[in-house]
Amino acid sequence: MSDAHAAVAHQHQFDSAEQQKDAATLGMWAFIAQEILFFGGLFVTYIVYRFTYPQAFHDGSHHLDITLGTINTAVLIGSSLTMALAVHAAQTSKKNNLVFFLVATLGLGSTFLGIKAIEYSHKFHEHHVPGLSFDGPPNMELFFSLYFAMTGLHAVHMIIGAAIIIVLIFQAQRGTYHSAYYTPVELFGLYWHFVDIIWIFLFPLLYLIGRH
Amino acid sequence: MEAAAAGTNYLNNGYGVTSWLLTKDHKRIAILYLISITVMFLLGSLFAVGIRVELLTPQGDFVGADTYNKLFTMHGVVMVFFFLIPSIPAVLGNFLVPMMIGARDLAFPRINLASWYIYVFGAAFSMYAMLAGGVDTGWTFYTPYSSASSNTNVIPMALGIFITGFSSILTGLNFIVTIHTMRAPGLTWFRLPLFIWAHYATSLIMILGTPVIAITILLVALERGLGIGIFDPALGGDPILFQHLFWFYSHPAVYIMILPAMGVTSEVIACFSRKRIFGYGFVAISSLAIAIFGFLVWGHHMFVSGQSVYAALVFSVLSFSVAIPSAVKVFNWTATLYKGSISFEAPMLYAMGFIGLFTIGGLTGLFLSSLGLDVHVHDTYFVVAHFHYIMVGGAIMGYQGGLHFWWPKMFGKMYPEGPARIAAALVFIGFNLTFFPQFVVGYLGMPRRYHAYPDEFQVLNVLSTAGASILALGYLLPAFYLLWSLKYGKDAGPNPWRATGLEWQTASPPPTENFESTPFVDEDAYEYGAREAHVV
Amino acid sequence: MSSKFPLFPEQASTLAADVDLLYFFLIAVSLFFTVLIAALVIIFAVKYRRRSENDVGADIHGSLALELLWSVIPLGIALVMFAWGAKVYLDIARPPDNAMEIFVVGKQWMWKIQHMEGRREINQLHVPIGKPVKLTITSEDVIHSFYVPAFRVKKDAVPGRYTELWFEATKPGSYHLFCAEYCGTEHSKMIGQVIAMAPAAYEEWLTGSDIAPVALSVPPAGAAAGATSGAAGAAPEGMAKAGEGVFLQKGCLACHMAAPGSLGPNLAGVFGKERKFVDGSTKVADEAYLRESILTPLKHVVEGFQPVMPTYQGQISEQELMQLIQYIKSLGQPAEGEAVNAPAQDDATTAGEES
Repeated sequence: MSDAHAAVAHQHQFDSAEQQKDAATLGMWAFIAQEILFFGGLFVTYIVYRFTYPQAFHDGSHHLDITLGTINTAVLIGSSLTMALAVHAAQTSKKNNLVFFLVATLGLGSTFLGIKAIEYSHKFHEHHVPGLSFDGPPNMELFFSLYFAMTGLHAVHMIIGAAIIIVLIFQAQRGTYHSAYYTPVELFGLYWHFVDIIWIFLFPLLYLIGRH
Repeated sequence: MEAAAAGTNYLNNGYGVTSWLLTKDHKRIAILYLISITVMFLLGSLFAVGIRVELLTPQGDFVGADTYNKLFTMHGVVMVFFFLIPSIPAVLGNFLVPMMIGARDLAFPRINLASWYIYVFGAAFSMYAMLAGGVDTGWTFYTPYSSASSNTNVIPMALGIFITGFSSILTGLNFIVTIHTMRAPGLTWFRLPLFIWAHYATSLIMILGTPVIAITILLVALERGLGIGIFDPALGGDPILFQHLFWFYSHPAVYIMILPAMGVTSEVIACFSRKRIFGYGFVAISSLAIAIFGFLVWGHHMFVSGQSVYAALVFSVLSFSVAIPSAVKVFNWTATLYKGSISFEAPMLYAMGFIGLFTIGGLTGLFLSSLGLDVHVHDTYFVVAHFHYIMVGGAIMGYQGGLHFWWPKMFGKMYPEGPARIAAALVFIGFNLTFFPQFVVGYLGMPRRYHAYPDEFQVLNVLSTAGASILALGYLLPAFYLLWSLKYGKDAGPNPWRATGLEWQTASPPPTENFESTPFVDEDAYEYGAREAHVV
Repeated sequence: MSSKFPLFPEQASTLAADVDLLYFFLIAVSLFFTVLIAALVIIFAVKYRRRSENDVGADIHGSLALELLWSVIPLGIALVMFAWGAKVYLDIARPPDNAMEIFVVGKQWMWKIQHMEGRREINQLHVPIGKPVKLTITSEDVIHSFYVPAFRVKKDAVPGRYTELWFEATKPGSYHLFCAEYCGTEHSKMIGQVIAMAPAAYEEWLTGSDIAPVALSVPPAGAAAGATSGAAGAAPEGMAKAGEGVFLQKGCLACHMAAPGSLGPNLAGVFGKERKFVDGSTKVADEAYLRESILTPLKHVVEGFQPVMPTYQGQISEQELMQLIQYIKSLGQPAEGEAVNAPAQDDATTAGEES
């Protein structure tokens, strides 16, 4: 591995920067495996109830705004692109590009969250929020419970991601990341892509039931 | 490399509350956990005392029904989530995993500290739930009772468990990464101590199973708080779905509780027989097999809940299969004793007790895997006896054996051997007297979680409570002499047991960085026979 | 302190002995292995105790042969245990076709039992010996579990669905009935007796009045007689007859008429038949289906009909549901050419023993 800079410092418990990077990478993958199981419980619940109440799920899905959902999907996929470009910028020590792409990722992620907030407020006004004077056919409340639980959990992950991007932006500005040390950017990229992939499952399962 | 000043070790390397509360040293974090889980064990034990006193008489006359229901619920919640699951990994694992592999710390020391804070935070939520009137759903939180019917503090308790789950996940993550990436030069996988294999397998379960109960218990809290119907049939939900999701974690959870104790047992038996563990490779792989198979058997908790016959058959045969790797371990430990050179210090007494009690507990698991029998004994005291044999006779004896074995390493002091042996004997005798009668009363038909019971069950219940008082003595004794030893115990030296293992190649208590220099490993674990174990 | 000190429950059903035999087999195997391991541990501990301070153990790595031996043999034994347990379980889980039916509703904190012929009980279940009895069980609120140790049977009572349990009592007597799934404050008081009687005595008992008359639902203000016992000596009304009353009172007749063009399908002979739905799927009309049709009618709409049936969720108790289902079961085939469904007259009144 080319090393244009002085030997990268590593934390005291590691023997080398390489060991530290290996550990951090394995840690992130193990964390993502855990996240899959975390969301998994909700996906299993979704599958069970979709088979039990197909009509209610169909109706509930049609109450979601497919335009906003599609826009959001494009926004999030776009943010994964900018994140990948950010990682590449870090790998090639292009600090300005790195900062730019991190900011772009943050911007797109925030856009996603903003659109989500708009959708949530629509649901609130239409009385489709479970537990808050829900108004709808039987079992549709169950669909919306799952909708809010799944997209809510996803949104929490995005908010945490956004917070981390802010930290990364500050660090990037200070020149912390370069070709010999870009692990935090790379691993955060893994996390961000994972959150994106979750959405790619959520979108068709929630928004596209029975639409042709 | 700065040489540690003479007499500097992790305990005296910095004084003051902040040096402990902001420590990144895995050994200090282990001690923080030791204190917290001991407090929780005491709390859980008090609840157990309440239960056993009530059950002395057939009538519900010691406490009211609601109070009794809270006692057994909180006994279960505290013991399972706040004592057994963390115990060996958080105390002994945290202390020893880096040392056994020749590392200076775990991969992520700050995450390790965060893990402890999350544990304490979760425990605080649960304590709040208890102080605010308690919870009476049983530690299993079956819906719709927990989500729609109980009028106790389910939500804070559920949140407490949810939070503490992340402590478990982060610990598991730390162990997996550490074991994969930070082994000393020459320390290949099949030279690792079996304690490490056990903790690795445990960590796999921790990170893959815990998130499922986290989301499940969160859904219960949401359902209860918002009145939605995920698990409530009156609102279109399915209470059996809750059971599937709950047991998907909670069955593997029991392997989180037992695998580390099996790891301890391997270390202790090898040391006090001065012999390598028979069938090392098989014992190592059996830990992984238990972890994997453990995820496939959860339905055996639901044989009478209305499962299809086919599902029942599949879960039954898988449940029988998961017993085999455990049996393999027991046979290998026994074979290790053959032509060993055996001594009977307290850790060895605990390990031998473990073998006996775990064997009985494991065999009674077969009774529960057997469909025809389970119909009769499900939800009776037979089940209660079975799981206490494994968790108390197994896991807690493993924990105590480990605590005694590594006490000199952790604190540089020997505990007094005489009282320790007495305590081990008291625990063994008291335990059997407490729980064996429960097999009998369970087959007779006494259901679990009963505040009052028919007269004919009384004699067995009285025996059980009598045993519990002896068991309690067996647990109280170490509290005294272990603390006593911190001040008055004999100095231990680096390797009082003349054991193999990297942790014994450094001072007791160890310096903060664990080793003067990174060890190099060129032999298998447990090389007792080849030459005298290294004595530093 | 009780003078009775039993260590073993009585065997009072046809399957109890089978279960106990399996139990003894498992005890024997467990005893064998426990003694084996304990003996070996003790013998080795004594024989190989350390004699001098620097002794070490022999340098033995392992033995593939032994590993295979003690993996394969326990696996074999475990599979035998599985097979035996499965066989007993299949007997436990499959009620004979000719089992008589009794209906159980668990609720916090009592067992409500309804016999087909009409008698009701609370926390007691009278059954005849020598005849298979099938219980259909549900819960009104939380999960309970119907457990009779002497019969070695248990089944959860789950709200929102029906579960089944069967047994054949072999000797007269009074046996513990326990709730075996924690259900709240008085869980340990949700107990009672199963009283097994000689068949003649049981028949006689059936014609008596309810032991604890309880108005379990508002009696319908209709032609059909109410379900509560009243006049001493009056034969209790069969479940099917009571169900007919529910059918009228809830207004089912308005749509489920025999006439063509009626909004709902003719229900005569519907039980046990395969039903075809608008989405092409099919289902056999069993108790669970009938229950679902009443509570969530839009889930499966019969082909040729519109999704207009209102739900009765919350408007009908579990007991009424069971009665209604028994009534529907008792409806005969439609007459040739014309769908007949005139209630209250013909064979609907036969106290529905059989479906």
